[in-house]
Amino acid sequence: MAEKASVIELRTSPHVRHTPSVDQIMRNVVYALLPVCAFAVYQFGISALALILVTVVASVGTEELFCRLSKKPTTVGDFSAVITGMLLALTLPPGFPLWMAALAGFIGIALAKVMFGGIGLNVFNPALVGRAFVQAAFPVAITTWTPAFAPGRLAEFIPSTWTFPFALPVPVDQWVKDLNVDGFTGATPLALQKFGDAAHAHVPTDAMDLFTGMVAGSAGETSALLILICGAYLAARRMMDWRIPAAMILGTYVTAGIFFLVDPAAYPTPMFMVLAGGLMFGAMFMASDMTASPVTPVGVWVYGLLIGFLTVIIRLFGGLPEGVMYAILFGNAASPLISAVTQPRVYGTSRKKKA
Amino acid sequence: MGMMQLIGLGKATFSHGIHPPEYKGTTDAKKIRRLSFASEMVLPLSQHFGKPSVPIVHERQEVVRGEPIARADGFMSVPLHAPATGVVKKIGLMPTARGPKADAIVLKLHSGASQEVLYEAPQDVGNMTPEEVVKAVQDTGMVGLGGASFPTHVKMTVPEGQKVDTVMVNGCECEPYLTTDHRVMVEYSMDLFAGIRIAMKAVGAAKAIIGIEDNKPDAIASLTAACPQDGSVTVRVMKTKYPQGAEKMMIKALLNREVPSGGFPSAVGVSVYNVATLAQLGALLPHSRGLIERVVTISGPGIEQPGNYLVALGTPLRFVLEQLGFHGDARQLILGGPMMGVSVASLDVPITKGVSGILVLTEEEKEAQIPKKVWPCIKCAKCVQACPIHLNPSELGMLAAKRQYETMEKKFHLNDCFECGCCTYVCPSAIPLVQYFRIAKAINRENREKAA
Repeated sequence: MAEKASVIELRTSPHVRHTPSVDQIMRNVVYALLPVCAFAVYQFGISALALILVTVVASVGTEELFCRLSKKPTTVGDFSAVITGMLLALTLPPGFPLWMAALAGFIGIALAKVMFGGIGLNVFNPALVGRAFVQAAFPVAITTWTPAFAPGRLAEFIPSTWTFPFALPVPVDQWVKDLNVDGFTGATPLALQKFGDAAHAHVPTDAMDLFTGMVAGSAGETSALLILICGAYLAARRMMDWRIPAAMILGTYVTAGIFFLVDPAAYPTPMFMVLAGGLMFGAMFMASDMTASPVTPVGVWVYGLLIGFLTVIIRLFGGLPEGVMYAILFGNAASPLISAVTQPRVYGTSRKKKA
Repeated sequence: MGMMQLIGLGKATFSHGIHPPEYKGTTDAKKIRRLSFASEMVLPLSQHFGKPSVPIVHERQEVVRGEPIARADGFMSVPLHAPATGVVKKIGLMPTARGPKADAIVLKLHSGASQEVLYEAPQDVGNMTPEEVVKAVQDTGMVGLGGASFPTHVKMTVPEGQKVDTVMVNGCECEPYLTTDHRVMVEYSMDLFAGIRIAMKAVGAAKAIIGIEDNKPDAIASLTAACPQDGSVTVRVMKTKYPQGAEKMMIKALLNREVPSGGFPSAVGVSVYNVATLAQLGALLPHSRGLIERVVTISGPGIEQPGNYLVALGTPLRFVLEQLGFHGDARQLILGGPMMGVSVASLDVPITKGVSGILVLTEEEKEAQIPKKVWPCIKCAKCVQACPIHLNPSELGMLAAKRQYETMEKKFHLNDCFECGCCTYVCPSAIPLVQYFRIAKAINRENREKAA
């Protein structure tokens, strides 16, 4: 009896718990991203594969490096840096020079995550910060698109992939011409819509092609269908808050719908806005970043709607064809404020605060 | 009925909360059995919320089962009765579940005694005024048997200017493992209705509602059938969800009223009692008896003979475990349920009025349920979606880490937290949020006392 008593443990309640841990959630996000990665490789070839590997290694390596420098136990086991690497690769053009991609991974983790104190403390989504950095630093490379389903893509790299560090990207114009893919103009559906081509002012893209991903674009953003399925998996396992993508898509649809109703000739259809570019991917995997989004029930709706609205405004009136990245970064910046002004009403209190 | 019941509509519930595994299957069909008497009983003078009782016996005095041995010290206190016939061995410091030793009366039993209650006098509740009923309730030494141990007569005293229209009878028993209330509802239904009438009389309410979670169909059926024809007492089915049995949640679910922050249920015309409390009251008060025993669910993977037992108050934990047997790899002892119970360090701790369950958890359980690592808050908002009071535990937790206890209280309603544990249960980062909040409250209380 006495010896039994000596090993009895003392803890505070609750004594039962039943929840996935942080690393389990992160690992499941990785699982959810794997099909998207696989489709990217299938669509754009081994260049996409190399891109994904490089960003993941760069992200995880950066986190490990800073853990060692600060003499703290390593945190790479939580899989969050793996997610950052995957997200980053999937938002870059498939032929993006690898050294630039590695730099983006480094900047994303170092600047947006480690500097803020690591997991749970980042204000911005690290992958988007990395992408924003390379967008500003390498405007040409980040808007150089290559055709999907190019012949020989699984055996041959896109030439720009192996650009020598600190050199200008290897031009791909000639390579693309030699591929001789029908109808490829070197532009994404969003760019075609916004800037048109030589002959037309606005060039629409077939909605079904957008939905299934039969178009040019960033490595992992093209198939809305696949992204929906993978996002649904996370939402069903309650590892992602479905309200954020729902609100963001709704915000985009409604805002774009208003413009479309005002002038259908000048503005694209709301469905196009929802399916094109990185919106679906951004909604499912970027905006839904737990740490950088608000925690309050009302706040997540405000946050999602705001990002959707901003995306449309940037796409229609900004200098860039795509606005998802900056819209989400803006949403990230606004989320502490959104949380603060949408605190839930506590049971037994009135909404208005007593003075 | 029918379709509505099938899809869960029409069942009362509150928003948020969690669905922990129930673990009730091992004991919910087991009839209440009496546990034998230990040779020595320990009766702490403070088994209730409020001022400790004052002993009215001296050492080496002979006492009879049911005899008062300590009196109430003022209104916020209750008397204590001898749980068995024997002799007072000592009055002094003894271990308690809360940790520090506290004053207690130790009884040594006469092994030959029949342990029948001889100490009683009939009284007719029907002829008593509400004030007399409240006094009679205090004399039974009754406290909330659900675990809060709040003196029942204090609850029955409606503050001036307030009017109670409904007595709410709590048969939710939302804590995992526990089946005490369940069995009481099934087996002691007559006593329960007698207790309900006493409570209605004391607070002057015309109606009573018994709320029962839908995982206890036999209790729902038997109590519904036993309800009086005049409709004064009704049974309402509630969804099985934790913490459905918290009184604030119940009032919201059944009457859609909210108890104001910092107030009592009487402020919205409700008075809430646990079924076990009222069943005991219904059995004791008409005979002027005192509370000397209670039903306890003894369960968990570490116990060999789990069940629902009628245990004499003051029975040491060691005796209970010896009687029922426990496995060698038992690692944790919990008094109460797994969500809000306390783990105890000593087997010398006695069963007191507020102990509704004894759980013996094993090494295996611990491995499965206790996270090995604590991560920083990732702001996943699961706690915000779980908190039944609609607090923001994420924000509170971060403030607690920065020791901004006053901000927690002033801006984020810390004192509305009733420590149900939902936030800690769902936290993927395994942050001990409830424990942070307990510490924060304690420090705020200390600072207030210092300032006063």
